[in-house]
Amino acid sequence: MLFLIYISSGLFLGWSLGSNDAANIFGSAVGSKMVSFKRAAWIASIFVIIGAVFQGKGAADTLNALGTVDALAGGFTVALSAAFTVFLMTRKSLPVSTSQAIVGAIIGWTLFTGNMFDHKVLGKIVSTWISGPVLGMLFASGLYLLTRSFLRKAKIHVIKLDTIIRISLIMAGAFGAYSLGANNIANVMGVFISAAPNILLDFGFFTIDGVQVLFLIGGLAIAVGIFTYSERVMNTIGNGILSLSAEAAIVVVLSQGLVLFLFSSVSFSNFLMNMGLPPLPMVPVSSTQVVIGSVLGIGLVKGTREIRFKTLAGVAIGWITTPLVAGILTYFALFFVQNVFNLQVSSTHIQAVPAPPPSLTQLADSQIINLIVPGLIILAIAVILILLFIVFRQQKKRMLAENKLLQEQNELYHAQKALNDLEINAIQREKENLNLKLYNKRKQFIDMALNLSEQQVFLEQILRGIEEIKKLDDSGLADSKLNELALHIRQRMSFAHEKETFYGQIEQIHQDFLHKLETAFPGLTDKEKRLAALLRLNLPSKEIATMMNISPKSVEVARYRLKKRLGLTANDDLITFINNL
Amino acid sequence: MFSFKHANKSIELIERYMDKIDQGILIFQEGVKNYLLDNKESFGDNLKTLSSLETDADIIKRKVENILYTQSLMPQLRGDIMRLLEELDNLIDMAKKNLYQFDVEVPFIPAELHKDMTKLTELSVMAVDTVIPAARAYFRDPGSIKEKIHRVYLYEQEADKLADSIKRKVFQDMPNLKLSEKFHLRYFTLHIENLSDAAERAADLLLIMAIKRSI
Repeated sequence: MLFLIYISSGLFLGWSLGSNDAANIFGSAVGSKMVSFKRAAWIASIFVIIGAVFQGKGAADTLNALGTVDALAGGFTVALSAAFTVFLMTRKSLPVSTSQAIVGAIIGWTLFTGNMFDHKVLGKIVSTWISGPVLGMLFASGLYLLTRSFLRKAKIHVIKLDTIIRISLIMAGAFGAYSLGANNIANVMGVFISAAPNILLDFGFFTIDGVQVLFLIGGLAIAVGIFTYSERVMNTIGNGILSLSAEAAIVVVLSQGLVLFLFSSVSFSNFLMNMGLPPLPMVPVSSTQVVIGSVLGIGLVKGTREIRFKTLAGVAIGWITTPLVAGILTYFALFFVQNVFNLQVSSTHIQAVPAPPPSLTQLADSQIINLIVPGLIILAIAVILILLFIVFRQQKKRMLAENKLLQEQNELYHAQKALNDLEINAIQREKENLNLKLYNKRKQFIDMALNLSEQQVFLEQILRGIEEIKKLDDSGLADSKLNELALHIRQRMSFAHEKETFYGQIEQIHQDFLHKLETAFPGLTDKEKRLAALLRLNLPSKEIATMMNISPKSVEVARYRLKKRLGLTANDDLITFINNL
Repeated sequence: MFSFKHANKSIELIERYMDKIDQGILIFQEGVKNYLLDNKESFGDNLKTLSSLETDADIIKRKVENILYTQSLMPQLRGDIMRLLEELDNLIDMAKKNLYQFDVEVPFIPAELHKDMTKLTELSVMAVDTVIPAARAYFRDPGSIKEKIHRVYLYEQEADKLADSIKRKVFQDMPNLKLSEKFHLRYFTLHIENLSDAAERAADLLLIMAIKRSI
């Protein structure tokens, strides 16, 4: 428990590293919404932990070589001071790196405790502060050139390219997270190595020792930082400083991953030595500064004149200010811890804490805890959970697809129903029209038939009358009968019935016109309306006179009156007005 | 996570969409020719084909939109791509509307204008025809857009000039035409000319999109 309290400052440092540096890996991907934050956080966390546990020792050894903080209280103070420096400088918007803060804090510790620090190691570490970003720049420019020429030649469809970029971002991000864990875990847990528990956990496939357990705890702290705080940073960085094109973002993440990997890989260092080349020092490098170098590298290839010398100067100033602030802070903090809280900050006074890091022979003597069975159980549970998750997800997807299909069918049904209704309405209207036409035609036929029979009856009456007159001997009576017959014929000639039919038809044809006329001039008489309808037919006055059973002169008078009733002046043309109504 | 299914589907749909627009524009050209030659039956067929092509294009566009947004493909480019598809859809829409106007309004086009009207249609169609390969190039080779697009501007300018000349001829050299017929001809010239203007708008959009992709 006490151990956990002591390493809490390291865990805080880990949390801060996770919340800030994960954005260097997945910032562009999450900021541009190519990868969801949840997915990015899971990938980053898993790979940071793997990198920290399996490749974190290299850089941690170099940091220990600078000055072995061999007391828990000392380690706590060093880590806390480094964390506080990072926090303070971030708040003041000054360029800061966890790696440089921890180096400054360790130097502060060695100065306070009177231990000597290895100047050669310090030189090695400081050289990587410069070579890290420079290497990042070189990698980024080389990789960017390769990517660009490949994309230009390959002519991949933009949508396919999008999927490729998405996959590449995830893979590069996973590699970047692994390298970050491998390289930067030393910053978080490096100062506590001497207090690592002396155990060996056997998982069957692999074993992890006490230092790796410590790194696992540090890795978990970084993961917590990623999950709890990095989303905001990712969105800020993705849409701000690192709003690069997707291809450039991959290159930046990849080159950053490569640099961090090289500065923490024992195998690569051995490979260089075997080749007779000087090995790369295994030192924690600032991922942010490597990213800045990588972005610069891309800028150089693109030929843009956007290289911000202010940013570069900031990085250079950070190389001096960060260790200086961390060193001074550590010195004073140690003074307080030792003199106010009476805690030992160096092992010269504490027996319980072993001074050097555990050697291989010591590791062989360490307590071996067999975790094969629990490991297998956890693995089996994890596999079952994953399978259950996949099954449920598939089911959910299927249900969603079915729902969508159902919804589409429903929409189609409604659309078809609406169309059918429209069609039915149209057909009904047409039917009504046809019925009306049929009714009119039938009426016309009936009228015609009635007319015919009426005509026949009338003509038969005339014939009978003529025959009767022919038989008469009295000429006076014959004349009177003839006059009667003539009157009868004249009466018949008024065509009252036909005229009614004619007007009826006119009213039907000009329904709209008569409706408008009635609405606009409600005071018009039936005669005036009829005259207007006849005028709309463009009939001459003579014809109108016959139709209305009046003289042509009366028609002129009626037209004049109608004009007045319609409110027209002498200059207005009645026919034009009626036609335009 | 690592599937190309939706990407391949949307690529295929976009290709089919471009084909529909391409075919639609050619049918429009045929339709105008058939109208001028008074081939009523062929004109009717053209009208039907163009209408069905336009409907198909609309359906495909909606499908593409659906895939791009539901599968969150290309979050940064999809807005531009959808705008491009809208502009191209506008072309086939205009072509269809124009042909329908010929069918409904039956404009009287004097024989001496047939040649000019055919040429105007050809120029507008060529402008659209040039913008389609450029739009296809955006997806695979945005660097080549610029060299493809300059012809669109040329055809558009030529179409503008010819349309002006037709209007001038109608209003100044054809006293026998009624004023209503002159107006009618002016509108139809404008409708056909508008097609090349729409192609120019699509070309402008493509140029900006190409620049955005190169940054």
